[in-house]
Amino acid sequence: MRTVLGALGERTILVIPPGCAAMFSGYGKETAVKVAGIQGCLENTAAIAAGIRAGLEVQGIEDVNVVAFAGDGGTVDIGLQSLSGALERGDRIIYICSDNEAYMNTGIQGSGSTPYGARTTTTPAGKRNFRKDMLAIAVAHRIPYVASASAFYPEDLRRKVLKARDCGGPAYIHMFMPCPTGWGYPSEKSVEISELAVKTRIWPLYEVVNGKYRLTVTVNDPVPVERYLRMQRRFRSLTDEDIAAIQAFVDAEYEKLLERVNH
Amino acid sequence: MSKLHASATQPSSGYRYVYGPCATVFQATKTGTWRTHRPVVNQELCNRCSKCARYCPSDLFSMDRKDRSVPVTIDMEYCKGCGICAEVCPLKAIEMVPERSVR
Amino acid sequence: MSVRKLLDGNGAAAEAMRLARVQVVSAYPITPQSPLAERLADYVADGSLKAKYIRVESEHTAMSAAVGAQLTGVRTGTATSSVGLALMHEVLGLASGCRVPIVMPVVNRSLVSPWSLWCDHQDTMAERDSGWIQLYVENCQEVLDTVLMAYRLAEDPRVLTPTMVCMDGFFLSHTSEAVIVPDQAEVDAFLPPYKKQNMYLDVEDPMFVNDLTPPGDFTEMRWQQKVGFDNALTVLEEVQEEFARRFGRRYHILDAYRCEDAEVVLVAMGSMSGTAKYVVNQLREQGKRVGVLRIVCFRPFPVEQLREVLRNVPVVGVMDRTAGLGAEVGPVCTEVRAALSCSDTPHRVVGFMGGLAGRDLSPAIMRKVFNQLLDIAAGAPAPTAMQWVDVRPDAMEIREVKQRV
Repeated sequence: MRTVLGALGERTILVIPPGCAAMFSGYGKETAVKVAGIQGCLENTAAIAAGIRAGLEVQGIEDVNVVAFAGDGGTVDIGLQSLSGALERGDRIIYICSDNEAYMNTGIQGSGSTPYGARTTTTPAGKRNFRKDMLAIAVAHRIPYVASASAFYPEDLRRKVLKARDCGGPAYIHMFMPCPTGWGYPSEKSVEISELAVKTRIWPLYEVVNGKYRLTVTVNDPVPVERYLRMQRRFRSLTDEDIAAIQAFVDAEYEKLLERVNH
Repeated sequence: MSKLHASATQPSSGYRYVYGPCATVFQATKTGTWRTHRPVVNQELCNRCSKCARYCPSDLFSMDRKDRSVPVTIDMEYCKGCGICAEVCPLKAIEMVPERSVR
Repeated sequence: MSVRKLLDGNGAAAEAMRLARVQVVSAYPITPQSPLAERLADYVADGSLKAKYIRVESEHTAMSAAVGAQLTGVRTGTATSSVGLALMHEVLGLASGCRVPIVMPVVNRSLVSPWSLWCDHQDTMAERDSGWIQLYVENCQEVLDTVLMAYRLAEDPRVLTPTMVCMDGFFLSHTSEAVIVPDQAEVDAFLPPYKKQNMYLDVEDPMFVNDLTPPGDFTEMRWQQKVGFDNALTVLEEVQEEFARRFGRRYHILDAYRCEDAEVVLVAMGSMSGTAKYVVNQLREQGKRVGVLRIVCFRPFPVEQLREVLRNVPVVGVMDRTAGLGAEVGPVCTEVRAALSCSDTPHRVVGFMGGLAGRDLSPAIMRKVFNQLLDIAAGAPAPTAMQWVDVRPDAMEIREVKQRV
């Protein structure tokens, strides 16, 4: 959050749904953000943001950022419809999905962004299907700026937030947000986990500017996914076959990504 | 014709009453009570690279990057003891010690 | 200068919203409201309404976008019906709890299932606890006038409560009348530009709206809403008086038609009231002392005024236009009975129900109802259960299919 607001400044209005990010919204009289903001419902973050943008436009206010900051549940599951509508209409909002790969705030339930094999309270034996490719969904709406990001790659994130601000239309940023409690690893390893996610090519860092793909961090000698997976208790039920399947999947997805980059 | 309700008191000068849920006080729960370990900075070893400050999830570090006589401080009212600072410090100048320890 | 235009209810509502200079429109089409949404789109396209039109992808989004926009300080326009209102349900609470004074015409249509396109009051009755003010209108002129008055009511700092203006689907929304449309200057004098108040989203004066509220404060915020509701009737009366002075048409919270010496009064809401009044006139010619009490403002429910009008009326019938399943009588009758239970004079209150999903509440039906009420006034027993006035006797046999289709 501080990277995002640090980049965008005070002339920003935030829309935050219930969830982990609502810790910023506050409790009672107290709030942890100094900018204007609203806590909406779980599924209408993009819709409220679209309304805010329309209200500002009609008053001739052009220089205020409208930022939606939602979790994976509120984006890829219940929030998908209102996001899709805003992207299709071209509403000028910056939508940041803070993805900790489950409904963490309510106690680690599985979401459409939970990766293959992960244990959550609603996938106790490990999730048996692959997650949604939310970035592909965003790109399919033909918006000017789409990017993957990572909370612990702050400079990369900062540059992407500024590009999102300046792209002239809706922008979508999908941000890796590791959760020690939900994923089962010691909290001090958050930076290492984030770097491994990128270095295993599980979470490639790239951007799509008007449909053109570009890697923002190149990974030439990938680390085997096993190192990343074995660090997290949520993957403890993975067999060697599962890990091989995941490795194959990650390799295939990365190949497809490279094709798009080199197209 | 029904009576109209009004407030029993007036707000203080320069203030107004707001109806409905809103938050205007920049403050949060003192999460420092949550920690089981605390970071201790080796002030002499630290070269003020500020990697710890940049990676601290709660933005709790204060330091003067040019003047090493100014100590690096951490807002211990909020520090949850996550240990990321100790982990990322390139010089290993931060040690996580148990909260009850003397240091 | 006002002009007379041939308008149906949708057209009248759209005109009122145009005259009110709504600045952001977020309406999703649904029968029988669609022509309203289309009319607003036309106004924006031809420049007669300077607004941003958000072509929302659902009613849930329509209300969400309206809340977001209105909080930045603009008057918004949205409208819906039936299942669209049902889909908005969650966000209605967001609007009322955050005191966002949105005005929304609702074209009354049954909820599913069974699927229907036609008129009854189930959709808005299902929202009677939403924290929104509810006004029900009888004809297309009243649609236009009430929408205009609704902005003044909702936006009044003593009220600050979103308001739905309910019109019967097809009977009003699609039936044309000669409607007097005031000119823009007259409306501007009555309805000043929207100014943000209370809570808002403004980068120069930032606050965080709608954060989590502790149990220690929640009840107080509901009390604040209750105070808004308590003030609403008084403010509505003020607004109606001012409207009469400026535009020459006088409205009331309760439309009491020939109730002064009545021994039987039928309480009604919406377009059925016109038919009831017509039948009252016929019965009066036969010397029967009957009247119609049309409820205009259903939320807040005007208990004092209702008790006052019905004080000396021994037999009261109530015509609900929704089934109110699971209760002894329909929602309007329940409210009337509750209000009159605190009356210091005796009443027998009989609940009737008909006109579901577009079935006409005809003069014949109204006559039957009044005659039953007159019999009760003359000594016949008053049933406590709701009287389904137009249900067919073969109700349990209407779908006969082969054993193995």
